[in-house]
Amino acid sequence: MANTRQITERTMHTLFFVVASASIVMLFMIMVFLFMEGIPIFDEVSVKDFIFGKYWYPTSEPPDFGILSLIVASLAVTLLSALISIPLGILTAIYIAEIASKKVNEIIKPMVELLAALPSVVIGFFGMVLVAPFLQKVFDIPTGLNLFNASLMLAFMSIPTICSLSEDAIHSVPSSLKEASLALGATHLETILKVVLPASLSGISTAVILGMSRAIGETMVVLMVAGGAAFIPESIFDPVRPMPASIASEMAEAPFRGDHYHALFATGIVLFIFTFFFNIVADHIAHKYKQVGEATL
Amino acid sequence: MSVSKSSLQRRKNLLQKIVFNVFRFAAFINGLALFIIIYFMIAKGWKAITWTFLTQPPVDSMTKGGILPCIVGTLCLSIGAILIAMPIGVASAIYLNEYARPGPLIRMIRLGINNLAGIPSIVFGLFGLAFFVVWLKMGVSIIAGALTLGAMTLPVVIGSTEEALRAVPDTYREASLGLGATKWQTIYRIVLPTALPGILTGTILGISRAAGETAPIMFTAAVFFTPSLPLSIFDEVMALPYHIYVLATAGTEIEATRHLQYGTSLVLIFLVLGMNLIAIIYRSRLRKRMQ
Repeated sequence: MANTRQITERTMHTLFFVVASASIVMLFMIMVFLFMEGIPIFDEVSVKDFIFGKYWYPTSEPPDFGILSLIVASLAVTLLSALISIPLGILTAIYIAEIASKKVNEIIKPMVELLAALPSVVIGFFGMVLVAPFLQKVFDIPTGLNLFNASLMLAFMSIPTICSLSEDAIHSVPSSLKEASLALGATHLETILKVVLPASLSGISTAVILGMSRAIGETMVVLMVAGGAAFIPESIFDPVRPMPASIASEMAEAPFRGDHYHALFATGIVLFIFTFFFNIVADHIAHKYKQVGEATL
Repeated sequence: MSVSKSSLQRRKNLLQKIVFNVFRFAAFINGLALFIIIYFMIAKGWKAITWTFLTQPPVDSMTKGGILPCIVGTLCLSIGAILIAMPIGVASAIYLNEYARPGPLIRMIRLGINNLAGIPSIVFGLFGLAFFVVWLKMGVSIIAGALTLGAMTLPVVIGSTEEALRAVPDTYREASLGLGATKWQTIYRIVLPTALPGILTGTILGISRAAGETAPIMFTAAVFFTPSLPLSIFDEVMALPYHIYVLATAGTEIEATRHLQYGTSLVLIFLVLGMNLIAIIYRSRLRKRMQ
């Protein structure tokens, strides 16, 4: 009797472990298949020419497979959107965690969650049909589908990530720290700026990095709103073609397992490496500067 | 001395008031953005929503008619995705929360889950194309799309299941173990039933996430147009998000079908935000009961 119970126990333990490894297996397979389909392009162009090549003319004869303008476009929309999303996200997080009453929070927190839940294609569509004509009129520019519009839309997609993770970090600051500061005569604002924020800095940094990671990988918004020109932008009102947009719009026309097809997978590898790097850095910060007990700071 | 002190205090209070209003304003902008998007979609889309629109397939090269195949396609894909993600996700969360001891192994698994959550949706699309569609020879089909979406939804399900498991008080587990139950019996009879409502909330969130995604299904499941409803899991389908994208960018009648685009967006918003709202309200009730 006891023996069968032990066997069941051990079987279940092993079974759950195997299933829990599914995520790692999945991650590994994603890498394998990306590389399997992407590496063949490097028979045609060198890694250096692929990454630093300025010309992306995949369908010309002979074709040019240089994705520098796509990488620059991706970085440009990400950084510009970060300029909007970081302050807005963190300020909102402070408001929710420190200032707003419980009642106000019952409205704001679901609102942020719903903002996160909006399908990206709807935000892209909104940017295309409403924001673009508006920008075109206000700034008197040739097209409203450009770097600035895409960054604006992306910002509102990364704000929920930044906000909710920052809020968690601010919440986890021990209240004894805050009380000590208040007891010493500091105002609430001084306590927030000089005690709470420094104490939650690592959590907020993680939030910012993950927010930017979300922005660089977002597809539908940049596909519909960024304008699609594969050139290195000179102003924030230039149309651009970030990496995800290029992959999404060209894959349907790329001949199966042709050079263009492999080049798009290789672009996917570059994108994957960017987000992977962001995630590793975020994970590292989260673990290295983890708040342990109350004595740190 | 006391006069200057109180003026300093007053200045500090004024500064605090100003800065707090800046914080409040930032929160307000987020709400405003959400409101504007939903307002415009309702204002411009509600006229398109008719019984015909919801129950008929598109006609006249998608310039008229309805979106029934898209609604059905999206339901098939998102339910398929959750059928795949839920068992794996719940089991993973049980392992992480109930069995695993802290150590490098569990850190690896968590790192894997975090990275999976951070992978761009278009990369999932590429993976789905290379692995499910081509390598496993599933073709562009519901099953390939559902598997791709399932892989993508997995971290969402794991995260919310873990939260639900953590909310089960340890005293429940100890009481069960104390009565002589084994670990598995405790999990199966005590922990899971207690955590079930929380797990279901996570499931609803997972479905809504899968329903709104476009990039992962572009190469794996969705097509521009198919007049018939899917009959098997190996059929290709139309889907709401992809339909919006196609009508808004690739059609020959982009301006003429604007009202259909707004209408489809409104249906998608209604579906996705509706499910989220249900999950959010349900969860806040659960949390209150737990406290």
